[in-house]
Amino acid sequence: MLAFVISRILQAIPVMLAVALISFAMFAYVGDPVSIMLGQDFTEAQRQALIRDLGLDQPFFVQFATFIGNAVQGEFGLSYRLSRPVAELIAERAPATLELAFCAAAVALLVGVPMGVYTGLYRNSWLSRAFLTFSLVGVSLPTFLIGILLILIFSVWLGWLPSFGRGDTVQLGWWSTGFLTVSGLKALILPSVTLGLFQLTLIMRLVRAEMLEVLRTDYIKFARARGLANRAVHFGHALKNTLVPVITIAGLQLGGIIAFAIVTETVFQWPGMGLLFIQSVGAADIPVMAAYLLLIALVFVVINLVVDLLYYFVDPRLRAGFGAARGGH
Amino acid sequence: MAAILEVRDLRVEFPTRRGTLTALDGVSFDIAPGEVLGVVGESGAGKSMTGAAIIGLLEPPGRIAGGEILLNGKRIDRLPYEQMRRIRGKEIGAIFQDPLTTLNPLYTVGRQLVETMQTHLPLSDRDARQRAIGWLEMVGIPAAAQRVDSYPHEFSGGMRQRVVIALALCAEPALIVADEPTTALDVSIQAQIIALLKRLAREKGTAMMLVTHDMGVIAETADRVAVMYAGRIAEIGPVRSVVKSPKHPYSVGLMSSIPPLDRRVAQLSGIEGAMPRLSAIPQGCAFNPRCPHVFARCRQDRPELIETGTTRAACWLYDPASEKRAPEAVQHG
Ligand SMILES: Nc1ncnc2c1ncn2[C@@H]1O[C@H](COP(=O)(O)OP(=O)(O)O)[C@@H](O)[C@H]1O
Ligand code: SF4
Ligand SMILES: [Mg+2]
Repeated sequence: MLAFVISRILQAIPVMLAVALISFAMFAYVGDPVSIMLGQDFTEAQRQALIRDLGLDQPFFVQFATFIGNAVQGEFGLSYRLSRPVAELIAERAPATLELAFCAAAVALLVGVPMGVYTGLYRNSWLSRAFLTFSLVGVSLPTFLIGILLILIFSVWLGWLPSFGRGDTVQLGWWSTGFLTVSGLKALILPSVTLGLFQLTLIMRLVRAEMLEVLRTDYIKFARARGLANRAVHFGHALKNTLVPVITIAGLQLGGIIAFAIVTETVFQWPGMGLLFIQSVGAADIPVMAAYLLLIALVFVVINLVVDLLYYFVDPRLRAGFGAARGGH
Repeated sequence: MAAILEVRDLRVEFPTRRGTLTALDGVSFDIAPGEVLGVVGESGAGKSMTGAAIIGLLEPPGRIAGGEILLNGKRIDRLPYEQMRRIRGKEIGAIFQDPLTTLNPLYTVGRQLVETMQTHLPLSDRDARQRAIGWLEMVGIPAAAQRVDSYPHEFSGGMRQRVVIALALCAEPALIVADEPTTALDVSIQAQIIALLKRLAREKGTAMMLVTHDMGVIAETADRVAVMYAGRIAEIGPVRSVVKSPKHPYSVGLMSSIPPLDRRVAQLSGIEGAMPRLSAIPQGCAFNPRCPHVFARCRQDRPELIETGTTRAACWLYDPASEKRAPEAVQHG
């Protein structure tokens, strides 16, 4: 078990290094940090001093190694745009994005899984048909359009929910949370639905397809032949057997939710990392972009690890040959 | 003694886009308490369909379109799902063909036993677990007290079928429907599994409908045999009579096609042709295109089961009203 976790972490290192290289390449070759930081008036001596301070006169590998060393310590230098440490900016923005992603994932799972089970069990009911039609909308409409439509209906026409921002937040240490105020919670609703809708429909369709598959299996027929109650057959035997693929997809989707919060955060002016990233792109604020990129890569790596560990708990067959390969069935 | 199971004139239909298929037609038989009825016939004859109809698990759109099924004298073919569910497992146990796919891979065998018993019997968790271990011992799983917490994939095919048998019997049903319980197993294990099934059925006084391809198993295990052909019963009677001196021309072909070493029937070597598809069952006797004794009446009227002296066969040769033809004309294999 521990060996498995360690081997997984070792496997993730090349991935992280590759992403770090891309981030670093942005640093080194995109834009000219020196002239950006110096502004309009500077002397040649000032320029040389800054190049030395930034270590830009060092060979490539030394610079890359320094970059990694700093990154591991969460040290990404100063934002060109805001002249504040990047780590501080990200730490400030992370709670907003994580709370939003959490709510979106909760919406996607808590609504998507039951809808998938229902449409799998009652294939031909009108409600199933309605769900499936609705899911087509969720898959095909672009996120920004859904966001704008929701704003139009619930903010502009009905005036029930705010159209932008996080509402009032409460500071818990360095973490600012919107969960503890009414306006914070209300502000979460529209962005969470917007961000989670695509994943919701995806999970619903996945659970439905898996349920249909599992319900045809011999062990489900045998469970019925043993006289087990429908509830036990459907939610114990059938649903549990759909979980391995659902966990895989749901895990990857959670990574997607965090990474693609950018669009939703832009539509709702949500003060999270995605919005920070977009603003940084606009200003060619390379350190922030590089740090964001690395952070998202890290999120994906961690989620993958968690997904693998969940397999371990769900499927006893994978426990035997664990660490060797996953999904070998 | 009154029959535990009575199947009367059972008819199962599958509505399809190209018309309704009749998968079972006029199937009737009884099983007495503690009796083993062997059911044989080529693949597609309707053996599994009969079992599925009895346990109330026909796959939609298949449905019982006529006849009745009685368990201990009470009709069970029209019961609401929930009532029939309480009968499944409790009064009728089922054993499926492939033990590799019959057990839920994500639950331990103990848990599957416990949930089955607790569904039907008022047992505490601890009692149910004790009984689960007892059942595993009874079906011959070594070190049952440890193995109760193992997952299905940790057992061999033969061991898994033993677990399936324990699951089918654990609520002590009076009737077992076993659909080719050894077909998917290694030849070397088949005899053990059949012996186990036979022993347990005898000990518990359980009646059994045993579907199998294996005439050897039938000869050793069954009290009576039903031969099925194209969704109908061709012949039914005591095992000795049907195996040793079959009367229906199809049974004759079936018995003579038993290869002496490997006794399984894949194809009927003695009889030309193949069983008709459901959409093309001929008028009159379903067997008439392949029958060596066919005569005019066979192509017009459908024969009911007729008393032959030792068995009952659906064949006009045995109808006194038929233009006289000697039953001796049928060659025994
Ligand atoms: N879902 C279905 N729709 C239509 N016909 C079916 C279906 N399932 C089985 N059948 C037909 O019913 C007949 C009986 O099948 P089955 O009882 O499985 O045969 P056996 O168990 O004797 O080999 C076969 O001809 C088969 O093709
Ligand atoms: S009824 Fe006629 S066709 Fe059918 S088995 Fe008897 S002799 Fe053959
Ligand atoms: Mg079959």
